[in-house]
Amino acid sequence: MTGPVRDPGLQPERTRLAWRRTTLACTVVGLLAVRQGLYVGTSAVGVLAVALSLLAWLGFLSAAHRRVSAMGASEPATLSPRLAVTAAGCTVALAVFAAATVF
Amino acid sequence: MSGDFVRGLRLWFAPGRIREEGDTPDYRFSLANERTFLAWIRTALALIGGGFAVDQFLPGLAWGVRTGLALGLLAAGVLCALRAVNHWVRCERAMRRGEDLPVSRFPALISLVVAVVAVAMVVVVLFGWEGR
Repeated sequence: MTGPVRDPGLQPERTRLAWRRTTLACTVVGLLAVRQGLYVGTSAVGVLAVALSLLAWLGFLSAAHRRVSAMGASEPATLSPRLAVTAAGCTVALAVFAAATVF
Repeated sequence: MSGDFVRGLRLWFAPGRIREEGDTPDYRFSLANERTFLAWIRTALALIGGGFAVDQFLPGLAWGVRTGLALGLLAAGVLCALRAVNHWVRCERAMRRGEDLPVSRFPALISLVVAVVAVAMVVVVLFGWEGR
């Protein structure tokens, strides 16, 4: 699997694991969002917020998956700004939907 | 400072623009920058998770205190995530141009916010601002 040139610092592997850690953190927040939904009951705002939170989680997951797949190359290309904005945007979305259910 | 911010903001939505400037740095530097970005995103996610946790696991607190703390943590998380992208773009650009990496007082700011929240929690626990 390793190409002719192997980075002794294992940079692509470390970056892949960083994406994994971040996905796990995002999953924990997603689970808390679902729990929040159970907690506030079946109001329209609550159900909508939980559904959109899950959508944000899926968005993050797909961005992470695309980037992790790209880490297979021996010298991966720079992260595209679009993926960075997607990851941060999904994080912001989770916070906004959380704020909507706090009241 | 604010001009820099606007220029950085424009780069967020013009992916090709970054590549037009300077030379592509060693891929390892870019990956290190990416991992720093991800660490900030995790910090943002932790703050957001903290906001959820305050709201869900502290039902004994008075409504105002609980909501205030939760919203404060959520807002800090949003700030952290937005700043993560901005700082990543600025670092990437500085590396391409061969300039010094940007310095920032944001880490100090966020640690102050976390410290204030922690002190607020200690006060709440010690003096019991429980609602009923």
